[in-house]
Amino acid sequence: MIGVELRKLVRSRRTWITIGLIDALPTLVAVLLAITDIGPRPGTGPAFLSAVLTDGTLYPLAAVAIVLPLFLPAAVAVVAGDAIAGESQAGTLRYVLIRPVGRTRLLVAKLVSIMTFVALTVLVVAVTAYFTGTLLLGDQQGLATASVSGTSLTTQQVLVRTGLSLAYAMLSMLGVASIALFLSTVVESPLAAALGTIGVLIASTLLLTLDAAQSLYPYLPTRYWLSFVDLFRDPILWRNVSRGTGLQLVYVVVLLGASWANFTTKDIKD
Amino acid sequence: MIVTRGLTKRFGPILAVDGLDLDVHEGDIYGFLGANGSGKTTTVRMLLGLVLATSGEVELMGRPMPASAKTVLPSVGALVEGPAAYAHLSGRANLATFDAMGPGSDRRSRAARIEAVLEQVGLGGVDRRPVRAYSLGMRQRLGLAGALLRTPTLLVLDEPTNGLDPQGIREIRELLLALHQRGTTIFLSSHLLAEVEQLCTRVGVLDRGRLVIQDELSVLQQPTGRTYVRTPDVAQVRALLDGQVEQHDQESLLVRVDDAAALNARLVNAGVRVQELSPERHTLEDVVLAATDAGSDRIARDTAARP
Repeated sequence: MIGVELRKLVRSRRTWITIGLIDALPTLVAVLLAITDIGPRPGTGPAFLSAVLTDGTLYPLAAVAIVLPLFLPAAVAVVAGDAIAGESQAGTLRYVLIRPVGRTRLLVAKLVSIMTFVALTVLVVAVTAYFTGTLLLGDQQGLATASVSGTSLTTQQVLVRTGLSLAYAMLSMLGVASIALFLSTVVESPLAAALGTIGVLIASTLLLTLDAAQSLYPYLPTRYWLSFVDLFRDPILWRNVSRGTGLQLVYVVVLLGASWANFTTKDIKD
Repeated sequence: MIVTRGLTKRFGPILAVDGLDLDVHEGDIYGFLGANGSGKTTTVRMLLGLVLATSGEVELMGRPMPASAKTVLPSVGALVEGPAAYAHLSGRANLATFDAMGPGSDRRSRAARIEAVLEQVGLGGVDRRPVRAYSLGMRQRLGLAGALLRTPTLLVLDEPTNGLDPQGIREIRELLLALHQRGTTIFLSSHLLAEVEQLCTRVGVLDRGRLVIQDELSVLQQPTGRTYVRTPDVAQVRALLDGQVEQHDQESLLVRVDDAAALNARLVNAGVRVQELSPERHTLEDVVLAATDAGSDRIARDTAARP
């Protein structure tokens, strides 16, 4: 079943159009930065953007930071929200289940397919950004890449930390996928599941700007999304990254558990 | 093949299926009749493990469902409440996708099996256009092809001729009869009495969630004990069979006599010219209508509530 789902994902035109659109934004940003050479003032704008003006090797991170707050989670919400509710709306769910495909197996296959989509998108964004970054913004030939704290990093350090950051971003998206997958097993319409997920994320982002909601901050799903910046400090500031990892894992375990419990006991009536 | 014991499904306060004891034998073409909203589809879904029963048991081929779904369902083909397919894929790609799911599919024979079932349902020459562009009848045929893909020993079909024209309906009927000849047991859920009467060997009738009839079709269609006579000599027959004639018009009579042969001999001896003579039989329609109420789609005005 996993093979079938992956083939459906890779062969679907929607997958590649979505990835293309997501990838277009950081590419456009790189072009604009290269032409105008006007970066955001330090401390404002997306993470890393001020750093990349002089050094394109960090641009993959900046690109991920550009798509992470809105583009990527919206796409994940649509893809994951479609997982069960989409099959249900098209009427194909009943035919999949009587093939028979076990309900647990179907959920696992859908989750693997969603995460493949996330990994594919993040990698495409990172790889394109590496090329646009080094070509348009230039790399500092011979000079070591500087960390956010100002010290210099070896190439190996940059590689390891970039890998960790991408993995961290994917984990954050797994959290989004769990919310959407859970809603997808609850509601009948894929649109409702996607919008519900986006609603949760918007609410979380909004509460983060509200001082009165401070006591809720550590539990909001979007709270630590951009904490991978801390991986580029010297020494690495693990506090928020490890909290973010823990928080996402709790969301993932609870919501996937709820999806499984709901879906395996559900009457398929559509 | 299919046995249910006390099968019950409750949706909130509504009792959709109430203590159903189905018994479908191997080699039957079982007609499952019922008005709209009588619980047919819920029953079919419970048989296949899509809807989970509130209480009672289901056995398919002697194994409990849904516990044995993994071993039983590969040899069951089904069409549940209309066909469904991935709209952006072609018919062939759809069949291949569904065939690749779940256990019990042989990848090497897949292409050949797909061509064989498309030929069987009359879509052999279908091109690569996506299912989105298919007509209702083509979708119905494709759904049937999907059900036949693994040469099932049990076919569960819900309204299989929906959306087909008269030629299509006859074609599908002939296909089902041919499959039956090869030993496939068929469970046909329908509200078309004529379809069931033409195809089925046994009939079950559902009324508001309860099984009110389950019997051989030939038993249901037993003679009524009356004989229909068509003759130009109506007056002569009335005189001869005084008191036994129940109805008559200018050229035919209905006589309360169950031995048609004896009646014929008696009429001919008396010089009556008999054009046609046959024992009257119960029709499936009479039997079903007598046993059931109106369907749930008929909502009568509550006359008592009016001023």
